[in-house]
Amino acid sequence: MYKILERKDLAPSIKQFVIDAPLVAKKAQPGQFIILRIREGGERIPLTIADYDTQKGTITVVFQEVGKTTKELGTLKAGDHLADFVGPLGQAVQFENHKKVLGIGGGLGVAPLYPKLKMLHQKGVEVTSIIGAKSADLLIMENEIKAVSNKTYICTDDGSKGRHGFVTVVLKELLEKGEKYDEIIIIGPPILMKIGTEITKPYDIPTMVSLNPIMVDGTGMCGGCRVTVGGETKFACVDGPAFDGHKVDFDELMKRLQTYKSEEKTAIDKHEGGGCRCHQ
Amino acid sequence: MSSINRSKTKTPMPAQDPKKRSKNFDEVALGYTEEDAVNEARRCLNCKKPTCMEGCPVQVQIPRFIKHIAEKDFQSAINVIKETNSLPAVCGRVCPQEEQCEQKCILNKMGDSVGIGRLERFAADWERKQGIKAPKQTSQTNKKVAIIGSGPAGLTCAGDLVKLGYEVTVFEAFHEPGGVLIYGIPEFRLPKAIVKQEVEFIEKLGVQVKTDMVMGKVLTVDDVFQMGYDAVFIGTGAGLPKFMKIPGENYLGVYSANEFLTRINLMKAYSFPKTDTPVKVGKKVAVVGGGNVAMDSARCALRMGAEEVYIIYRRSEEEMPARKEESEHAKEEGIIFNFLTNPTRIIGDDKGWVKGIECIQMQLGEPDASGRRRPVPIEGSEFILDMDTVVIAIGTGPNPLLTKATEGLDLNKYGYIDTDENGKTSKEGVWAGGDIVTGSATVILAMGAGKKAAQSIHEYLQTK
Ligand SMILES: Cc1cc2nc3c(=O)[nH]c(=O)nc-3n(C[C@H](O)[C@H](O)[C@H](O)COP(=O)(O)OP(=O)(O)OC[C@H]3O[C@@H](n4cnc5c(N)ncnc54)[C@H](O)[C@@H]3O)c2cc1C
Ligand SMILES: Cc1cc2nc3c(=O)[nH]c(=O)nc-3n(C[C@H](O)[C@H](O)[C@H](O)COP(=O)(O)OP(=O)(O)OC[C@H]3O[C@@H](n4cnc5c(N)ncnc54)[C@H](O)[C@@H]3O)c2cc1C
Ligand code: SF4
Ligand code: SF4
Ligand code: FES
Repeated sequence: MYKILERKDLAPSIKQFVIDAPLVAKKAQPGQFIILRIREGGERIPLTIADYDTQKGTITVVFQEVGKTTKELGTLKAGDHLADFVGPLGQAVQFENHKKVLGIGGGLGVAPLYPKLKMLHQKGVEVTSIIGAKSADLLIMENEIKAVSNKTYICTDDGSKGRHGFVTVVLKELLEKGEKYDEIIIIGPPILMKIGTEITKPYDIPTMVSLNPIMVDGTGMCGGCRVTVGGETKFACVDGPAFDGHKVDFDELMKRLQTYKSEEKTAIDKHEGGGCRCHQ
Repeated sequence: MSSINRSKTKTPMPAQDPKKRSKNFDEVALGYTEEDAVNEARRCLNCKKPTCMEGCPVQVQIPRFIKHIAEKDFQSAINVIKETNSLPAVCGRVCPQEEQCEQKCILNKMGDSVGIGRLERFAADWERKQGIKAPKQTSQTNKKVAIIGSGPAGLTCAGDLVKLGYEVTVFEAFHEPGGVLIYGIPEFRLPKAIVKQEVEFIEKLGVQVKTDMVMGKVLTVDDVFQMGYDAVFIGTGAGLPKFMKIPGENYLGVYSANEFLTRINLMKAYSFPKTDTPVKVGKKVAVVGGGNVAMDSARCALRMGAEEVYIIYRRSEEEMPARKEESEHAKEEGIIFNFLTNPTRIIGDDKGWVKGIECIQMQLGEPDASGRRRPVPIEGSEFILDMDTVVIAIGTGPNPLLTKATEGLDLNKYGYIDTDENGKTSKEGVWAGGDIVTGSATVILAMGAGKKAAQSIHEYLQTK
């Protein structure tokens, strides 16, 4: 059992947990993720390691309530326990000799972006960040991102904070102005990563994305998380989740994410409807 | 003394009716009653030179245990079996007996062999009903051994070492121990309660089982030595799914058998939405492959509500590697077999869902390296089968997660771990066994490897 030490509500449907998991914390590196299961009978779901503290033996995760499991997770409080918490999984990201990096996080993507920018910042790299959300109340981790960036741009789809529009608008402007980066990191919904990588491509700037296909084991044994990168099939859980964004087949990823649409609806209807009365 | 039963046929195994069982996940073969068992045991001639034992990889004392059953001394029967086999309830169910002990039984020449597997299962089930008592072993050696992977290889090695007085910890990646016995072989062939009980048994002996430990990630083999362990056994299995590398394999509704079976067995997708993990099983399902894994996938698909389930296998029925009993059961349940057929591509619709599978007809040519006649495609014989789901069950390879993270561990050219005949690897203090050494094999061979390694580790630690 893994204890939830702290819970913080970052936005109406976005929560942050600090979990007691000393062995995972000891090995965690930016870019890696964990898989958790709330209880017996629960689903295994992957969440990015948003922060870690080797000394205290803790892992921070940030999640958005999108379906049955994440909604149930959102009902837990500090002091509650998770049945399983497995990791650190996936490849750590590596940056060699970078001097200047642009990090872009859309929606929940800001959380996985954070540990990468933090590492770059600690290495003395000049970090520019663009973070965005649908509206001001959904924007997360603004202070954390600012603390590890030399310059931060904020965007909201509805204009309730910062620039009115998508993060990609600012990206485009910066590149058109002639800004140069050793690497650009884009993390967010697949459609954002797809559009973002299309923008950076003509500038020939290496662009890293972090993919979120449906996973089961997270150890390369089921192949459910397969994605096509550069025409080859890769298992995101062991070969990724970070990949060269210019090579990823985003259309396939977006389709594959739809696999369980109808089952997800059944699960959530049952969870919120007659099935579970624990919150009434 | 009981008299000999001269029947030429095995006492039939009571089984669930095929129509009924194809809709449920309950065990298919129901097991012998005491009367059945005694009856069958009385067919054994108690040979002076029991050839049957040559066929058993762990040398179960077959005539001895069968004699006890004939005399209705079931406790002694199970004691004899357990001298050499720590998982009899599992082996009695899933050993390919027709190629092992039973093939070598003398009666095979004049009719059916003795139902050795069925009797082994009976004795183990009898004991379980009495409630198994395990004396807690106290560590007498002050030496610690780490076992990586809790499949039959790891569990057997752990059980043997704890009995020899070592402090043993098993590290398992999944949330439940048991390996393929839990995530692969379905409930209707091997009830999970049995595997759980076997694991509890070795826990009672004093073995510690730590789940959620993806070794190579959370801890390396070198970390384990640093933590004070004196030896390590690697039994991580062959868990890397193979795909066919044909167009269309990433369409929605195409599964590796590993994923399909894991969702159903380990994650209990058959109780969705009571449990949370779903699986997609359409009306028409194609399973590619001809081994036990393919049979299990097909029979699971049927039980999940598929209307038509096809096995697509590129050789003929004779070459099919699945256990006979399993393919027979599959046939009884209505699985449709397409032999000498090989998929060439998977066809999808505009949303990316599987719509069909294109296959080509094959014929048998010259024998290949394995001695089996090699299937060759018949040009221009392509045809399309409409499908909603495709499950690829063409085999597995070695998962590199742990081996890549372990310095000084020699692998062969396919990525399996190189060992000597006792399971010793190139790395000091490290042994390996089971599918991660041999490639996909059988439960009993994995157990045999775990046993050998335990003995070799014991010898090593005594001199250390
Ligand atoms: C490497 C990786 C890192 C991730 N990091 C985060 C994170 O830091 N924060 C966060 O909020 N989300 C993250 N996700 C996505 C998160 O796992 C899903 O939101 C979650 O599984 C949804 O489960 P659910 O039951 O609540 O919703 P469901 O209703 O089951 O699904 C909602 C959507 O989530 C996706 N999904 C469903 N099941 C899975 C699964 N087993 N694995 C992956 N995706 C699934 C599907 O696209 C689905 O349409 C990550 C995914 C991956 C692969
Ligand atoms: C569907 C199916 C049906 C089968 N049917 C039969 C049958 O009828 N009869 C028969 O004799 N054989 C059958 N087999 C084959 C048999 O199950 C295997 O040969 C046997 O289980 C191999 O045992 P093992 O201990 O080597 O590995 P496994 O059983 O594969 O166990 C390996 C364990 O190690 C764990 N692991 C892997 N990597 C790590 C890591 N890095 N850290 C920690 N843990 C890790 C895995 O999660 C797993 O629990 C079948 C196999 C399958 C897949
Ligand atoms: S362990 Fe397997 S091969 Fe040996 S006697 Fe039992 S069923 Fe036969
Ligand atoms: S060979 Fe057959 S008849 Fe002889 S001892 Fe073995 S099981 Fe009995
Ligand atoms: S999640 Fe199973 S292989 Fe990646």
